[in-house]
Formats: sequence, C-alpha cells, structure tokens
Amino acid sequence: MKFGILVNEGPYQHQASDTAYQFCKAVLAKGWQVQRVFFYHDGVNNATKLTEPPQDDRNIVQRWSRLAEEHDIDLVVCVAAALRRGIREDNLAPGFRISGLGQLVESGIQADRLVVFGD
Amino acid sequence: MSNVKKFVFVNRKAPYGTIYALEALEVVLITAAFDQDVSLVFMDDGVYQLKRGQQTQAIENKNFSPVYRALEGYDVEKLYVEREALAARALTEDDLLVPVTVLSSAELGALIDSQDVVLSF
Repeated sequence: MKFGILVNEGPYQHQASDTAYQFCKAVLAKGWQVQRVFFYHDGVNNATKLTEPPQDDRNIVQRWSRLAEEHDIDLVVCVAAALRRGIREDNLAPGFRISGLGQLVESGIQADRLVVFGD
Repeated sequence: MSNVKKFVFVNRKAPYGTIYALEALEVVLITAAFDQDVSLVFMDDGVYQLKRGQQTQAIENKNFSPVYRALEGYDVEKLYVEREALAARALTEDDLLVPVTVLSSAELGALIDSQDVVLSF
C-alpha cells in the first residue's frame, strides 16, 4: 500500500503536522510505503530550519528531517505557498525540497491513498 | 501521465478570512492541467466562495471570484453545492456566480464516496 500525505497546517499552532508524522510512522511500521509528503498552505512552515522550540518540547521540523533520512521519504514544499511565507532554499531544513503543485497532483495519481491532514 | 483519476475538491471555508479557498483554487487549476477528472464541492461556509458580487477593496484582498467563472475554460465544469448549506445561509442558486448542481448532503456523500482522490480545504 502506497500513501501520499498532504500537510496543510504549520507546526505547533495545529495538530495536523504531528498527526501526519505519527500516521507516517504507523504506515512504515506496517511495512507500507509513504510515497511523498507534500506541504501546503501554512504547512510549508514545517520546513524551516530556523525553528527553535523549547528544550522540553518535540522538534517537529527535525523529526520530519530524520524520518526523511531514515526512510528515504520525499518531503516536498509547494513553491508558491513557501515564497508567500518566507520559506526558501536558504532556510530549508534537511530532507525537504521545494517544488510545484504538480507534485501533489502526481501524488494523488500515483499513491493508492492520498491522506489530508488539516483544519 | 496516462492514467486519469477522479479528483474532488471539498471547499468548506469562506473565501476571505483565511487563504484556504484561494490556495485550493490553485490546486484545482494544476489538477485540471494534468488532465484529471475534476469535481468541486462547496459546503458549509464554502458556499460563500461562489457568492455573486464579492467586493474586497475594503479588506485589501484580491477578489479572486472571477476565477470560478474561468474554470469552464479549463474543462472544470462539475460544481456541486450543498443544499443545506445554502438554506442555512438564506442563499439560493440565483445568488451564485456560476451554474452549479445543488445536492443534498447525503447525495454529496455518495458523490465524494465515488471519487478516487478527495482533497478537503
């Protein structure tokens, strides 16, 4: 089973990114595949390496980066949504890449299920 | 990309106040450009997206409602509006700026169930 994931909300403000992350872990634990995670709307804020949460809190951005590295997951940030919010190549966290909305549509076409996490 | 899937976009939010409606429309246009089978559903406050006579000067936002009229040019012609949502807001089909099909929420449920990809904004 191949899953595409869409994250529409920013970190900390909203549960969507946390739940999407937990969902990805559960998918991988089942031996299934996460074909791509696409970040849209304020979800692009999950991709900035400038994030510095307090020591005793989870680091949502680093968690995505680690998941991408360990499981070779494609983390894609929408370019138009990103530029609108000041997310660009030079402040992108490891494992993320910036591309177009076509990557989301491709996810819808290629994945068996596209799961949306948002408000 | 040879395979065509049925994409439905479920629009639930008012056009202004948040950016969901505007950015959802961008995904709709790209999906149409990929020659996919596209349907749009408007429910809850999402029905306001299709309201005629939107004026946004006072809030300094772009009035993007003309894009809904242009969708036909992208072969996006299946627009469905929830009957209950219109009624709850004292709106009728005549208040809308494009031709739509009005369905009950139960009928919309069946429609959404028949799609391959459901994107909710």
